[in-house]
Amino acid sequence: MDSNSPGEVWVFAEHTNGRIKGIVYELITRGRKLADDLGTRLSAVCFGHGIEGLEQLTAYGVDKVYMVDNPASTEKEEEFFSKELVDLIQRQKPAILLAGATALGSSFIPRVAAALETGLTANCTGLEIDPETKLLVQTRPSYGGIIMASITCPKKRPQMATVRPHAFKKGRPDQTRQGEVVRVDFAQKPVTSRTRLLNVINDLNTKIKLEEADIIVCGGRGLVKAENFHILAELAEVLGAALGSSRPPVDDGWIAYSHQIGQTGKTISPKLYIACGISGAPQHLAGMQTSEIIVAINEDPRAPIFEMATYGIVGDLFKVVPMLTTRLRELRSG
Amino acid sequence: MNVVVCIKQVPGKIKIEIDPQTNTLIRGGSDNTINPFDMYALEEGIRLKERYQGKVIVISMGPPQVEGTLREAVALGADEAILLSDPVFEGSDTWATSYVLSKGLMKLGQFDIVLCGRQSIDGETGQVGPQLAELMGLPFVSYVSKVEEMRDGQMKMQRMVEEGHQLIEMTLPGVISVVKEINVPRLPSLRGLMQSKKARITVWAAQELGVDVSKVGLSGSPTQIVKVFYPQRIRQVELLQGSVESQVNQLIEKLRETKVL
Amino acid sequence: MEYFLNEQQKTVKSLARMVAEQRILPVRAELDEKEEFPWDLIGEMANSDLMRIFIPEKYEGLGGGCLDLCLVVEELSRVCGGIAISYGANALGALALINYGTEEQKGKYLPDIAAGRRLTAFALTESTAGSDAANIRTVATREKGGYLINGTKQFITNGGEAEIYTIIAMTDPAKGSRGASALIVEKNTPGFSFGKKEKKMGIRSSATRELIFRDCRVPEENIIGREGLGFIIAIRTLDRSRPGVGAQAVGIAQGALEAAVDYARQRIQFGHPISSIQAVQHMLADMATELEAARALVYAVAKTIDAGAKSFTEEAAMAKVFATDMAMKVTTDAVQILGGAGYMRDYPVEKMMRDAKITQIYEGANQVIRNTIALELLKRKGRQE
Repeated sequence: MDSNSPGEVWVFAEHTNGRIKGIVYELITRGRKLADDLGTRLSAVCFGHGIEGLEQLTAYGVDKVYMVDNPASTEKEEEFFSKELVDLIQRQKPAILLAGATALGSSFIPRVAAALETGLTANCTGLEIDPETKLLVQTRPSYGGIIMASITCPKKRPQMATVRPHAFKKGRPDQTRQGEVVRVDFAQKPVTSRTRLLNVINDLNTKIKLEEADIIVCGGRGLVKAENFHILAELAEVLGAALGSSRPPVDDGWIAYSHQIGQTGKTISPKLYIACGISGAPQHLAGMQTSEIIVAINEDPRAPIFEMATYGIVGDLFKVVPMLTTRLRELRSG
Repeated sequence: MNVVVCIKQVPGKIKIEIDPQTNTLIRGGSDNTINPFDMYALEEGIRLKERYQGKVIVISMGPPQVEGTLREAVALGADEAILLSDPVFEGSDTWATSYVLSKGLMKLGQFDIVLCGRQSIDGETGQVGPQLAELMGLPFVSYVSKVEEMRDGQMKMQRMVEEGHQLIEMTLPGVISVVKEINVPRLPSLRGLMQSKKARITVWAAQELGVDVSKVGLSGSPTQIVKVFYPQRIRQVELLQGSVESQVNQLIEKLRETKVL
Repeated sequence: MEYFLNEQQKTVKSLARMVAEQRILPVRAELDEKEEFPWDLIGEMANSDLMRIFIPEKYEGLGGGCLDLCLVVEELSRVCGGIAISYGANALGALALINYGTEEQKGKYLPDIAAGRRLTAFALTESTAGSDAANIRTVATREKGGYLINGTKQFITNGGEAEIYTIIAMTDPAKGSRGASALIVEKNTPGFSFGKKEKKMGIRSSATRELIFRDCRVPEENIIGREGLGFIIAIRTLDRSRPGVGAQAVGIAQGALEAAVDYARQRIQFGHPISSIQAVQHMLADMATELEAARALVYAVAKTIDAGAKSFTEEAAMAKVFATDMAMKVTTDAVQILGGAGYMRDYPVEKMMRDAKITQIYEGANQVIRNTIALELLKRKGRQE
């Protein structure tokens, strides 16, 4: 390990069902910039066995892939991960580690940070290298997004951050890019995991997951009753969008909690977000304000959602949404 | 059986004021209350106590006024309340908070399970649960949506992930964080409220916890807040005018222009 | 207005509000629509110990007074008058037992009532005896070991859902108003059945049924007090519960006033919120003033009862009549302020108006109550007090 050059920038390459997750490519794109600003290398760390597509990591900008391979491990045994990653970090001493703010990322990445006694900033929306201090400046929303905080980890290493899907854009892959894959064996002592995955219940009956959707159609109290969600479901279907909800319909039992967007639900950042009958309470805005384009449809011209929207229609959603659905269908077929 | 629930006091009404010197928020909200997600953790803890016979110990790190929130927890059914409070803890980040809590748990001694809420509504990191587990050398499961059973030193539970749910078994003692799906928290009872007024709150400061003060507080925390600012509102809404048909057509036009459709 | 309640009263009030807002509010419209008895909510209220408030400590209650009860009823009514009356009638049904029952009777029934395991009802009214309460025809004939009850009670709140009924029946018809007695009859006693559930204008989540007695036998230990005391027990019991009806009215009106103020602030007409129109402001001012006056009167009467006043018939009557007439006016005005929207069932005020009406009628129709007040007043004036 060259002690003169700054430590590397690392990206945790999370995968599911053998395929690398989309967030990883977004992290690599951003990580590449950070590594370039620091004058150091960008590496990816991947745990698992038989993972396909490692060349893609290189294509998106990674110089080296640490492949921590153990045929016996299943992809979700987090206790293995945290111990192995801590060992690897202590050996290789990266300056920065980035990971996705996923369910996995929210449980074992904090453990790694705790074991290393280093700082971790969750749900970052901004990552920059400070030109003077060369520190990683991690920016994230707090208090439901009412304020933003910029955070550094001046003394401890690595500087760790998790990032939400869609916070950064994925760049373009360059298939000619060269990189290396380094196989790393698991540490000698077998670690008995104290948590075991017994079963997976894929009961989310939506094909499109909210967190990864490019387009989301979201309904609120303005829908008046549960049955009216079907109006939005039809629009979602035409758009190939996921269906979301603000909190009141979920609390009233009109739609399942897994659809809830907001401070006590999911945070999403799609390309297009269509809010129907949603007034725009701060708690809801916290969950969707980083969407690229926000369209708001509401009867009340003073609804706070209009302050956040890109395009607004002050009108009756029961007229606007079906007409929108019909027009889009016409365009799709004609 | 000892069930520990970690709770945080948060402002019910948020009043944002930024202290220019320390770049921290002046935690001057009003209506301090239990962090909503911690309510679900507390409710689950009380249900475990009712189901398996035991004790619920609620623990929190914060300034003296957190005592009020701990009493709220006692009113709901917690048997004991511990406050970790010391001026040196102020300004601690999640690592330092987890460190102090771990000292508190070590001083507490024996426990079977630790429950935390998914995240706080002010910090919103969700890091204390897993970091606490790591510092105590315990297993951790996040986003628990249902506890199936506790038996023979194991806990079987359902966990919410992006794709659906997982069924997980964890060896106890361990730490879990819970999501809203897990239960509907009860309301306090009158007897609970009256008893809580007389309940004894144990307070432990840095020294009796054996905390290394160089690792906590504003100066000891690994992360530092360098700037707090209001986000730029760059959006200026364009309200589409005209008949419903016209508005719909305009919208589709604009979305096509931006290549979203 | 700040009433400087003591710690217990403040705790009771804020807990009742929590239960009302978090549990009752989300389902009130549905319960009204479906006319369903709110058993789940009864369970919630029981878990929060709200039923313990009006039971003496000796019998597992919290030994609260009239004002505690009024505070709970007011908070519940602010959200739903139907739920509140189910709670209030339950307290009424227990009152005779509490004030006139034997130790054995109290020990037998009150703990279950305190825990919310069993509900109660009070039954005086019959088809021939509404305001003319003395004209009841239900008889309880003395026989060996007990009484044989025959007759029908009408419009009984909690009828069919409650398990413990305090009924007033004639044990000695020849003695007229001195021939009635109060008896306890439990649900499932042979010979005791219920009529159909009434379809009402308001308080639709509350259950109102006829009680039908056909050769229904009860043991002699079921008589409350002594034979012949029936009407005195009834009158004194109703005196004690009248402030509660006043509290119900105050609560309903409070909910209506809040809805009206909120609406007036956001409804824009002629380019301004309607709250800027003086006509509307005057309506709101009158509503608020009369509401506060009613509240102050109800609380004052409750306090005087709690302080041990020997007689409070006139005052309790005043609180009832003033508050209930006020509630009818305030809820009607609230509908008016919400205008067309106020008439729609999607908005809460039309229900409040429907709920308020009954408060002017039950537990003494307001016209009869006025007679009561006048009589007391003239008695007093006559004695030159």
